[in-house]
Formats: sequence, C-alpha cells, structure tokens
Amino acid sequence: MTAMKTAMFPLQLSGIGFAPSGTTILQDINLTIAEGSCTVILGPNGAGKSVLMRIMHGLLAPGSGRVEWGSLEERPLSQAMLFQRPVMLRRSVLSNVAYGLHVQGIPIPEAKRRALAALESVGLQHLADRPARVLSGGEQQRVALARAAALQPRILFLDEPTASLDPGAARAIESGIAALHAAGITIVMVTHHLGQARRLARDIVFLAAGRIQECTPAHDFFRQPQSQAAADFLKEELP
Amino acid sequence: MDTFTASLDAALALLLHADAHLYGIVSLSLRVSCLAVLLAALFALPLGALLAVAQFPGRRTLTVLVNGFMGLPAVVVGLIVYLSLSRAGPLGELGLLFTPSAMSLAQAVLVAPLLAALTRQIVEDAWFEYADQLHSLGVSPRQAALTLLWDTRWSLSTVLLAGFGRAISEVGAVMIVGGNIDGVTRVMTTAIALETSKGDLPLAMGLGIILVALVLLLNALAQAIRSWAARSAQ
Amino acid sequence: MNLIRRLLCVALLASVLPAQAADNFITVASTTSTEQSGLFGFLLPIFKKETGIEVRVVALGTGQALDMARRGDADVVFVHDQAAEEKFLAEGYGVKRYEVMYNDFILIGPKEDPAKVAGGKDITAALKKIEESKSAFVSRGDRSGTHAAELRLWKLAGIDLDKVKGPWYKDTGSGMGPALNSAAAMNAYILADRGTWLSFKNRQNLAIVVEGDKRLFNQYGVMLVNPAKHPHVKKEAGQKFVDWVISPAGQRAIAAYKIGDDQLFFPNAHK
Repeated sequence: MTAMKTAMFPLQLSGIGFAPSGTTILQDINLTIAEGSCTVILGPNGAGKSVLMRIMHGLLAPGSGRVEWGSLEERPLSQAMLFQRPVMLRRSVLSNVAYGLHVQGIPIPEAKRRALAALESVGLQHLADRPARVLSGGEQQRVALARAAALQPRILFLDEPTASLDPGAARAIESGIAALHAAGITIVMVTHHLGQARRLARDIVFLAAGRIQECTPAHDFFRQPQSQAAADFLKEELP
Repeated sequence: MDTFTASLDAALALLLHADAHLYGIVSLSLRVSCLAVLLAALFALPLGALLAVAQFPGRRTLTVLVNGFMGLPAVVVGLIVYLSLSRAGPLGELGLLFTPSAMSLAQAVLVAPLLAALTRQIVEDAWFEYADQLHSLGVSPRQAALTLLWDTRWSLSTVLLAGFGRAISEVGAVMIVGGNIDGVTRVMTTAIALETSKGDLPLAMGLGIILVALVLLLNALAQAIRSWAARSAQ
Repeated sequence: MNLIRRLLCVALLASVLPAQAADNFITVASTTSTEQSGLFGFLLPIFKKETGIEVRVVALGTGQALDMARRGDADVVFVHDQAAEEKFLAEGYGVKRYEVMYNDFILIGPKEDPAKVAGGKDITAALKKIEESKSAFVSRGDRSGTHAAELRLWKLAGIDLDKVKGPWYKDTGSGMGPALNSAAAMNAYILADRGTWLSFKNRQNLAIVVEGDKRLFNQYGVMLVNPAKHPHVKKEAGQKFVDWVISPAGQRAIAAYKIGDDQLFFPNAHK
C-alpha cells in the first residue's frame, strides 16, 4: 500500500497537444502535479481548461504528448471528478453515492455503508432515501461530492463545481473541498471564481490560448502575476 | 353508413354477451403478445443500449440494419419463422408450428428491431448527459448499458408499449405460423381476418373495435402506473 | 415497493406462459371452404366426443394445404382437387385417398347480369358469354381447389385465358371469402363453392346465376400423410379421423350439417 502511495505521484504531463479536426485547443503543455497539492487552473473562456482537466483525468486521450502517473504503467483508479452539472442517476441519493463503489466491485452492503458515511460528511444523510433528481442543484452537487469522496480517491478533479450554484451552496461545496484537501487528497480545480481560487489554491496554473502562461504559487500569483496575459486577466476580473 | 352502426352494435353485442369463446380469443391475444414483447425485450433492450454506448467494429452497420428491420413486413417474418419451425425446417423437431409459442416467437422477431432501435435512440440521448460522469467512475460499456437502461426505464416503458401495440395488431405473421386454428391459435386479428373473409363485416369491425379499445385501455393503464411510479421514484 | 414490483413480475410471467394444451390432437390441413362454411365447427366436436381426439384445422387453399402436408406440418389433408391430390399420392406423401363428400360450384354474378347468363345450366356456355362481353370476373388465383376447377372449366369452354385475359379478368390471389368480397365490391362474376356462398354474409348485389351443371361437381378427398415420409405424423389418431369421416357415423354427421334449409355437403364415401 505504501509502495503504491508513492508510485502514483507526481502526475506528469509532458508535451501535451490536443487538436481535434485541425483546431488547436492545447499545445505544448508541461505540468507536474505533486501529491497533496491544491492546484487551480485559471484562464479566460476557451483557454482549454476543461479539456486539459479531462485529459489529466483520462476522459480524453491527448493528441500528442504523455500523461504519466508516477511510476505506474496505467491510469490509476483512485481518482474522481466533479462536473459543473452533477449527473444524478434516477435512483435514491444513497444509491447514487453507492453506485461508484459498486461499479468498482465493492459488494452492495459495504458500498451502502461507506456511502452513508460519505453523505454524513457532506451533511446530507437525512436525504439518503430521497430520489436524487428532486434535490436542488446545490444538494445534488453535494451528493456528487459525497459520491466522489466515497471512492476515497487520492486525487480529485473539479471542473467549475460551483459555477451554477448560489453563494450558500457554493460555500458548502467549497468547505467540502477544503476538508478533503485537509484529509490529504490532491486537488485540481478549474474555476472562474477568483475569490474561491484565492481561498483554496496553493498553486495557480494560468492557461490562455491553449498554452500554459505561468505556473505560480497562489500567494505570488495574486500579488504579482508573472505573465502579461495573467495580469490583464486579473485586472478584468477584479473590480 | 349503416355498416358502421351495425359494427358498433356488433361490438356492443359481443361485449354484452361476452362468452368463453370471445374471452379465450382476447386472452390468447394478450398472452401471445405479452410473451412476444418480453422475449423481444430480453434481447433488444441490451442490444439497443450496447449500440448506444459501446464502440465496436460493425456498430454502424448493425445500427443501420436494426433501423431498417423496423420496417420488416409481418408476412415476411411469418414466412421465415414458419419455414424455420416447419417439420422440414431447421427447428422442426420442436413441434412448435401452429402453437401460441410460435406466434409469440414470430411477433418477437417482428418487434425486436423496433424495440432495439427506439432503445438505442433513448439510451444514446441519456448517454450524452451521463458519459463523462460514468467514464469518470470507471464504468465498463456493459455496466453503462445496464445503468442507462435502468435510468431510462420510464421512457423505455413507452417503447415496450409501442412494441406491444405492433405485436397485438399484426395479423400476417400469426396467421402463417399459428394457422388461425379455432380455440388454439385464433387471436383477435386472425379472427377479424376470418370474419372479413366470411363477409361478416359488422362482426369483423366489432372485433376490431374491441381490439382497439383493449389497446387503448392497456395504454391508459400503463400511463397511470407509470406516472404513479414516476412520482414515487422519479 | 420492491415487493410489489416482484409480485407484479411473477403475476405477469404466470399469466403469459402459454397454457399447456392437451397432447391428444391432430393437425388437419384443409381448405377455406370446409372451414368457413362452418362444417368443421359442426363436425369436429362430434368427433372429439366419440374419440377424445382434438382436431386442429389449418384452413388454406388446396394447393397450400398439400404443400403444408408435404413439409410434414399436418397429419391429415382434407381437400378438393382430385388431380392435385393424386399427384400428392404419387409423390409418396399420402397413404391412400378416400372420397368423402361432394358439394358443387356455382357461378355467382351481379343481378343486372351484363353477360346474360342467368338461369342457364351450361357453365361453359356461360363462361364463353362472360368472355365475349368482357364482363368483370374475379378469379381466386391462389392454386386452391376452386381455382383449379375454374381453370379446368375455362379450358372446357375452349377459352385460352392467357390469350383473352384483360382488365375484365381479375386475378385476386386470395381465399374464397376475400374473393367474394372483391366480387361484391366490383359487381363481378365469380366461381364459388356453394358452402362458402351459403355462409357468406356480404353478398350485396350478387346472386347465383348458374348452377346444376354436372361439371360443377366438387369432390372432397381425405388422406393420411405418409408416416414413411414424415415419421412424426400421428398415424393412429390421424387414421382414426380418416376412418371416422368415411364411416356411416361421420357420413351421417356431414349430411346433417345445414345452413337454414340448405344441406351444404353430400356424403359419398365408398370404401
């Protein structure tokens, strides 16, 4: 187990390019994600943030370059992702959370037990038996977070997880993410919300026009970005 | 015009004096077509779902075939099943020809492409929404197909009803493989065909009215169950 | 919720599984005329009462009925086209042919009678007049016994159908009933067997125009399908049925079947 722990990280992207049917979306991406880090990817719309995250997570195959997980030969299973719009299956909240565990071969009673614990951690255990699709958007995203957490991933990807939520719901998700990070899970997140980035990020990856413009510790980034593009972006986004 | 009045009279008279004979024909129609849809669904739903979510060589060709076979003429299906089940045919040993099972089989072959094609469409639409999430959870195509079938169950129940409607209303295939044997393989549609050929048009129409009413009733019932279940389980 | 669902499934399955039918039955390939005239509906219950054997009748045209038996899908054939039946025997598909009964064909036509044939007895003369006046004529065109008889009669009338066929000659490729429906709709002449005509309800403007010609005689025969060709043929039960319809009891039953006051079939079995 310890051997595996060390084997999965760092996540290393080298020379990643992505250009489906001729349109370049990403090029020459080199990036290292260390264990325990919390990286926020920032950038203007259309910069390729979501695509980059999907390539890291393995949902998309890169057109060129390599995604390497430590010394592993294959994509490790202990990772999860949260999407902007949570996908709730037409079944109960508890079954939604247990689903991911069951898919990985965990027997149903054990999966339900762990799912319930995960629901408790996001404060939704009282909704366990409700049909998931009738919950509010914020509650659904918390269920999705519980589903991801139940898998006990070593790394969690989040693609604008609070973009369609009201501030209260967004805060609940944010504190959930912070708790997971505190528990040692590596976080990679795309967000448009600079305040959120400031609160959560340890490192900022700034992406524009399909290229990484800079990769800076968050503290320094918000004080003094290194690239002109990032400086312009911050100026526009901040009042 | 008076043929229509006579038909309504005949339908009413049939219902009012519903005898064991009519009851037998109606219940056989229902049983044969239910079994047919069940048989077809066992095969067609997984096939449709796999066509929607799995990537494999020949998927497109298979999709075109399935869509095309939706228009399969009932008589052709009847002939194929007849020749297979005939004593001189490959499955003759089973002795199934001119039995209700043979009729179910023919109807199953007839509606399977319809079920598969509609299932594929519905599951594919859902897959569009679910794909990233399920991939992220590391779901295999087989698991994804099962998950989506379960999640689209309310839409799929409409598909099953469509299949049932086609099955119970067709006459060409069951006439050939069932033989329209009185008391054994005579169903609503073959009874209608028989009365038509005996020139008893009001009685034929009367039976037709009962058939349509039955199908409507079943649909209404299914709709009611569905909305009740959907309310309680979303 | 789950329990209800499970119960529903079980109930559905149980209701759907076909009831197991009695094994003591035979399949008879016969013609639409015997089925649709109601003869079998009258005869078979009597036979079942006497022997306990259920008879399942598949009613087709004579040609199709014989083909069905050739494929081994029937135990007994009960049809009416002597030439075709003898060919069937010669090919080894039948055991022995017994004559059972006869009825007769009749020429049906519109009451206005455009070909002026009504009331005559001479069928060939009537067909000639129909051809000359190009009056509408509906043919079965389905290789049935009635179709075979019709073709034979045209030949006897000295008419080569292939040469004179035109829009007036309507080859419908359908059973007796549907062909009669077509004739009624088109006000056309048609050759029909008396049994089907008597039980036919959608006559509209049609009536019998020619009957009683000896050449309109319509003989029915019955044969057991040869177990040597098709070993699964139920030869005991099948033979019992053959024996019964030509027995005095069966013959009496055939003679007893009437629609109104009309006797439809005339038993004439001679062993």
